[in-house]
Amino acid sequence: MTDNALFDYLLRLGDTSLVLGHRLSEWCGHAPELEEDVALTNIALDLVGHARLLLSYAGEVEGQGRDEDALAFLRDVYDYRNHLLVEQPNRDFGHTIARQFLHDAWALELYEKLMVSADHRLAGIAAKAVKEKRYHLRHSGEWVVRLGDGTEDSRARMADAFDRLWRFTAEMFEADAVEQALAAAGVAPDPASLRPAWEARVDAVLAEATLPARPAIIGTSGGRIGRHGEHLGYLLAEMQFLQRAYPGATW
Amino acid sequence: MIADLAADQGVWGPGPGDGAAVGAAWEALRTVMDPEIPVLSVVDLGMIRGVEAGEGGRLRVRLSPTYSGCPATGIIALEVARALDAAGFPNAEVVTEVAPPWTTDWISPAGLDRLRESGIAPPPRGAGKRALVAPEERIACPRCGSTDTEVISAFGSTACKALHRCRSCLEPFDSFKCI
Repeated sequence: MTDNALFDYLLRLGDTSLVLGHRLSEWCGHAPELEEDVALTNIALDLVGHARLLLSYAGEVEGQGRDEDALAFLRDVYDYRNHLLVEQPNRDFGHTIARQFLHDAWALELYEKLMVSADHRLAGIAAKAVKEKRYHLRHSGEWVVRLGDGTEDSRARMADAFDRLWRFTAEMFEADAVEQALAAAGVAPDPASLRPAWEARVDAVLAEATLPARPAIIGTSGGRIGRHGEHLGYLLAEMQFLQRAYPGATW
Repeated sequence: MIADLAADQGVWGPGPGDGAAVGAAWEALRTVMDPEIPVLSVVDLGMIRGVEAGEGGRLRVRLSPTYSGCPATGIIALEVARALDAAGFPNAEVVTEVAPPWTTDWISPAGLDRLRESGIAPPPRGAGKRALVAPEERIACPRCGSTDTEVISAFGSTACKALHRCRSCLEPFDSFKCI
């Protein structure tokens, strides 16, 4: 295992948390009800908190003097390593919930396995994050059921959201040289090993929500190696504006 | 290993072998209140994992952040340094420790009482063993004590709180999220 692989892996996890956290923060002041406005922004804060821990560590592993802020605000689209799933735009509330649920079910499984990582720093971060991911998954899962088994309109919107998102889920279980090296060293689980539990959890919630069953997934991938869709650029343009326009600004 | 460590206690003061300086530092830390829940000090919250006197008398304070999403973490570290400075410990080193992860089980008994008195239902004990995906037990209303309560929202006005309603006295109330 090399430090390079660990650096790449930490970016993949950290960027995925950061981008999803930013997407949720876009709901601030726009959610369908006050409680959800509070919930989505609370979850956004947790995700940004996890991203800070992961990106700070990534900067230390890289050893080039970049801290969490430099990694978050001064990298361009092609240097971002997040999953394509989390950069998908919010659309309606149901779409946001479907995206969140598919991610939460994966992230909870991942952090549970990372708690026994041979890398103690990463194990510590995972042990902290796992408690919050349980809250997130319960929240997103309950909403999938409520909306799927809700009105004709909410059910149609949820079904449409899952239809749009399935294609981005295969990437969460792919492994290249980075994950393979870390799995061999006992630092991270083989991503494919997360799949059975994820599928079981997703299928159970879809069934309770009376939504169509999960189709065979033909995957689109590339986010983990910097190949993104058009949406991420717009997200970063907004998120990074201040540090780009006023380098080093603090308050 | 981490799960075992999480079952550890909240460390609410100096140990038997600690000198007067460390004791004085603990007293200073008891004056640092959580900006979002000002009835609780950082000591009562179990955020202070240890105070050690290093070389030349320089103090080292180990601080555990509570919720990852808590926006007050930065200001709390600043307030800790400021309180130690005012108590005669300039240049104290404040170190953040993520592992073992902070748990609501580390809140002191006095802290739990003060939460209840201020209208916030304290977190039930046993967070480490609790399966959060399972249905939660009924939280007792901090005003009338009834357990006939319901959750309005799992996410409340701050990262650490959820919103409930009492079906007996009909009052809404905050509860401290159990992690």
